[in-house]
Order: sequence, then C-alpha cells, then structure tokens
Amino acid sequence: MARTQSASPAAGRDLISRPAAGARPPRPRRGLRKRLELTVLLVPPTVLFVGFVIVPMIFAAWYSLYNWSGFGPLNDFIGVQNYNGVLTGPVFHQAIEHNVIIAVLSVLLQLPISLGLALLLNRRVRGRTFLRLAVFAPFVLSEATAAVMWYELLQPGGPLDALLKAVGLGGLIHYWLASTSLVLYSVFVVATWKYIGFGIVLLLAGLQGIPPELREAAAIDGATPWQVTRAITLPLLGPTIRIWIFLSVIGSFQLFDLVWIMTLGGPANASSTILTYQYTNGVQRTEFGYGATVSVVLFVFSLVFALAYQRYALRRDTAGAVTRAVI
Amino acid sequence: MRGSRKPAIVAVAVAAALAIAACSSSSSSSSSSGTSASSSSSSSAKVTLTWWNNGNTQPLLGVWDSVAAAFHASHPNVTVSVVPIQSDLFTTKMPIALKSDSPPDIFQQWGGGQEATQFTSGKLANLSSLSSAWISELGQAAAGWQVNGEQYGIPYDQHVVGFWYRTDLFKKAGISSPPTTIAQLESDDVKLKAVGITPIALGGGSRWPDAFYWEYFAVRECSESVLQSSIKAINMNAACFSQATKDLTAFMATNPFQGGFNATQAQTGAGSSAGLLANGKAAMELQGDWETSVVPALTANKNILSDLGWFPFPQVPGGAGAATAVLSGGDGFSCTTGAPEPACAEFLQYIDSTPVQEELVQKGEVGLPANSTAQSVLTNPALQAAAKAHSTAAYDAEYFDIAFPTNQGQALDTALADFFAGKGSNSTIINSVSSSSGH
Repeated sequence: MARTQSASPAAGRDLISRPAAGARPPRPRRGLRKRLELTVLLVPPTVLFVGFVIVPMIFAAWYSLYNWSGFGPLNDFIGVQNYNGVLTGPVFHQAIEHNVIIAVLSVLLQLPISLGLALLLNRRVRGRTFLRLAVFAPFVLSEATAAVMWYELLQPGGPLDALLKAVGLGGLIHYWLASTSLVLYSVFVVATWKYIGFGIVLLLAGLQGIPPELREAAAIDGATPWQVTRAITLPLLGPTIRIWIFLSVIGSFQLFDLVWIMTLGGPANASSTILTYQYTNGVQRTEFGYGATVSVVLFVFSLVFALAYQRYALRRDTAGAVTRAVI
Repeated sequence: MRGSRKPAIVAVAVAAALAIAACSSSSSSSSSSGTSASSSSSSSAKVTLTWWNNGNTQPLLGVWDSVAAAFHASHPNVTVSVVPIQSDLFTTKMPIALKSDSPPDIFQQWGGGQEATQFTSGKLANLSSLSSAWISELGQAAAGWQVNGEQYGIPYDQHVVGFWYRTDLFKKAGISSPPTTIAQLESDDVKLKAVGITPIALGGGSRWPDAFYWEYFAVRECSESVLQSSIKAINMNAACFSQATKDLTAFMATNPFQGGFNATQAQTGAGSSAGLLANGKAAMELQGDWETSVVPALTANKNILSDLGWFPFPQVPGGAGAATAVLSGGDGFSCTTGAPEPACAEFLQYIDSTPVQEELVQKGEVGLPANSTAQSVLTNPALQAAAKAHSTAAYDAEYFDIAFPTNQGQALDTALADFFAGKGSNSTIINSVSSSSGH
C-alpha cells in the first residue's frame, strides 16, 4: 500500500508533468500564431493611422512655422509669428467664443432633452419604434443635406416664417440667418435637431444596460418613479452621459459643414467657428502656413480638453475597463 | 460662368466625391472615340493631355467632352483626358498638384494675381512663343492672363459685370428706360418700392457679390492709372477708394436691397438673389454676364430670358474714372511645364477657334467669347447689350479679388462683406489688402 501510495504521487507527478511537457512544443506555434494575428490585425491600422493622422499632424506643425502660400518651396521661416497672429486675432477669439457657446449650450440644452426623450422612449409606449426612428432620422442625413434644407426653411418669408404667421406668432419672425445677433443660435438649433437623435440612441443603449431588477426592487421598497429615476437610473447612466458630453464638446469644436453651407460663418463672422475661420483665412486666402497653425491650435485645445476630461470625468468609468487592462 | 462664383453648397456637398474622383481620375472620360486621317499636330508620338476644368455640370460638361473628342479626331496622336472639378476645389487642389511631380497638363485659370501666385510654383508653362501666331485674335482679352508680360494662361471667355433687370417690372413701376446715373437708379428704386417691388436683389451670403458694388464705385471714382498702380502696388490708400466707400455708404442708406440680404446666397435655389430676380421678387441684380446661364434653372418661367434686360453700372458724377469702364474678368486655362508641347498650346488654340467658341455661345455657357468673331452668334438682346458695353468700354478693370494676389483679394472680399453686414469701416476695407494682420 505504502509503495503504491508512495509511487502514486510520483506517478501522479509524472502524469501531470507529462502532458505539461507534451504541451510545450505547441507553445511556440501558439506564440507564432498570436504574433501573426497581431501583425495582421495591427499593422494595417497602424500604417493607416501613422500615414493619415500622425504624419499629417507633423507636417501641419512644420508648415505652421512658415509663411507659405502653398506654391513654391517652403523657405520663408517665420517661427511662431503665425501663432501670434492666430492667438491675438480678435476674429479668432470670436470664433472660439462661438465654439464655446455652442459646446455649453449643447450640454445645457441637448442633454436634458436627450435624457427626457430617452427615458420616454424606454417605456412601453404606443408607436415606440416609429418614434425612435423619427428622432434618429435627422442624424442619418448628411450635414450638407440638413444644412441646405434648413437654409431654405429659414429664408425670409420662407416656410418657418409662414408657419409662425399661420399660428398667429407673426411677431416672432426674424431674419434667422441674416441677423448678426441671432444667426449663431439659429445654427445651434439646426445642430441640435441634427444631433439630438444620436444622444437619444446612446442614452437608450445605456438605459437598456441597467438591470430592471434594481428598479423593480426599489419600486417594491416603495420608491416613487421620480425617486427610482433620480437614485437608480441616472447614477447608473452616468458613464453614458459622461461619454455623450465628451463627444458633444469635441463635436462642437469641430463644427464646420452645417455652418459653412448655411452662412459661411457670416454675416460678419457672427456664426464663425474655429474651422470656418481656418477655411476662410487658411484655405481661401491660400495661406496654408497660417491655416496649419489654426489646425494645430484646435488640435491642442481638443487634446487638452480630452486629456483633462479623461483624467477628471472619465477616470471612474475607464478605471476598470481600460487603465487596468492596459497596465 | 465665372468659375469661382459657383455656390459653396455644391462645393461642400460634392467635395469628398470629387476629391476622390480627381485623385483616382476614375471620373475622367477619355476622348478615345473618333478617328481622322488629318493631323495638324507636329508631334508624331502619342501623348495624353490631362485637362482639369470646372465644367462639372451640364451643358459645359458635355461641351468639353465633345471638344476633347473633336480635338482627338483632328490630332489622332493626342488624347485629352477630361477631369471635371468643381470650381472652389481648385483653391485646394492646385497648390498640391503644382507641388507634385505629376500636375495636370492643363488646368482652369482665372488669370490676374491668382495666376501670379501660382506662377511662383515654377510649374506654369510660358505659352508666349507657342501662341504668338494667333493670340492677337483675342485682342486685349489675353492681357489678363500674363505674368511679367509673358503669356502663362489663355482665356476662352470674358465676363462683364452690370445690372440685370426685369423689363416687365420696370414697366409696372413706370420706368421707361434704365438709369444712367446713380441718382436715377435711386429714384427708380423709389418707384419700384412704391409698387411693392424690391428694387435690387443682393447675394450677400455668398460674399463676393457685395464686392461688385464697392469695386464699381472705385472704378468710377479712380482714374485708370490710379487703379492700375494701386492694384500693382497692392495699396488702396488713394483718396478715390475712400470716396468709393462714401458713395457706397450713401447708396446703401437708400435701402435698395431685399431684407436679410446678408444671408442670401447668390446662385442657389429660388431664394437666392438670382432666384429672386428670376421669380420677379426683385427688379435688378448687379451680376456678371453668366446670369443667363444661372437664372433659367431657378424659375418655372420658361421665357425668363426674354424678360431680362441689361444696363451698365451707372455713372457717378465727379468721378475720375471713365463712365464706360467696366468691371470684368474671364475664364481660361494654363499648361504646366511638363505638358507635351505643342499639343497643349494647340489644344488651347483649338478651344479659342471660331467653331468651338460659337458652340460655347450657342449652348448658352459663354456670354462673351474670348474670340470676338464668335460674338456674331449671340442672339439674346441683353447679352448683346453686355457684349457691346464690354467691347466699347474705355477700359476693363479686372475684379479686384482676382486682380490682387489671392490672399489680398480674399481679404478684400471678406472686409467688404463685413461692411455690408454693418461691421467695419472704410479703413478696414482700405487696409484689408495692405495689412498682413488682416485675419
């Protein structure tokens, strides 16, 4: 017994070690396969990313140090003069101000509207699919199409004015796109119409990720629907809301197509954004060095915002998911 | 149609598509059809000319295709590859193309300071000797495509800016003949307003139509020599330019334009300034001769062209400029240094030949052909009036935004658009071209 007992652990070790030893040869194969997989999966996107994102960024930073019309050699080095021009220019300040106004309004107005509609559309209401489709439809349209459509709707004496008159609100009629004090807000309304569907769909997805048991349990404990929403739904929707704010602010800073088609950033820069400023002063005036400078400045703004937001607002959301996984 | 005047909407909407198309040249159509025994080309090797033009819509799209095919038929060794590109895209595509080793052989060229800016790339071919035998047929028209007295581009049409007006609405307001002075224009505006008609449509949302007013006042106030020297020196400090701002301010104070003109686009849709004229919602518009190719598409009125008349920008009493001087420009092409010659120059000569020029006029795409013999086929009375004003003008003044180098020209357009929107002053206009911090 004792022999067999003493032998069995050895035999057991053997048995255990054998398959382990036997498993060794496939390991390099698995490693090779893994490396091959990584190569196939990572190289094409890396090449594309470096070629179409990193390299152009380096070029932009390089061009931004020159006075360059785009023609002829790059030989008029002017150091940071373009940066001085951009950062001290009142028209650029105005453009930044407009971007900030749109970003702030987006968060203050679009978020509550998106949230409200998402909560509504998450309930079992009649025609829910149709309603979801209706609010998401504008997001599917291209910006150019939406801009042309709204440009026509907002014409003096156009469909919107006719509608206001028909319902007895003729006194509210204004030059929606020609008034320098109104045009930015007209553009903001169009952007809201265009992008509200995206927020709603994002928040709906977030809502569906919240286990119904939590709300049911709270309801059984006697919580009112408002208490359930405030104490359970909204906190659990936090990560989605924070991501939406992030996307919305970055999107606000990159606003171009809608504005350009509807107003060219005018009248008199009243609806300009950083990118319409860049197009007017960099591309149309063939001052490509200056245009590159504006791009670099916008990039730095977006990067600083993104990093700060990641650090302070998204840290909790990404701590488990990304940071630890990478570490 | 003046190339840089195409609507921005189209530019953005088709930008991506065209950028891809132009890069891959997948949209290019080769004129491989048609053969002919006759060949006047002195070169025997087979060559291909890549031709970037702004004929991206009909009818010009079809005209250029047939021109390329016909040229190939008479020059079997030369194939012309047509690449239509929307006008505004030339601003971004040309610098890149002229920096590359393979720019197009021929590309759209609006001459003036813009051509001089492109000239610095060193890639524009000098066509002086290749065109010396026939360029004189174009008369003064060719001068706008010279840099340092050498021909680096060749026009195929000319443009003149003037007032287009609705003869029916003038009649309704009791106006028997078009105004010849600014005072008369202002009193006609009053008559039109009295019968509920907006006197003048202005596409301020597109910016460049604003510039026509100030530039025309400057053309009337400044003598020819002051105008020329100011453009050359890129300096508008002469007193006559400030006087032009005063004239414009006084004119704008009479409220001649439609409400909300700052947001009205020039050529897109029925609500554009051309659309307002086309649909009888305004009586006049200060525009180029290309108006006849823009207006018909914007109205259901099939006879719109017969309702339109044309008169030159009115005289300004006391101005040092000639009363008959006109604000003008044109469209043309340049060859690049790598283009096969003489094929490239021969192709440009072919475009300026009378049959092709007549076809351009008859298809309604060109109002004022560069080759004046083709003007005989003009049938529209309003266009005939514009052509006559152009040919009898004391002198031409090229649109300032094209005459100045691109940077300064665009800065001036922006300053003028701001002025029309109530922002800025005479000094912001005057300084826009000389101040490097005009951003």
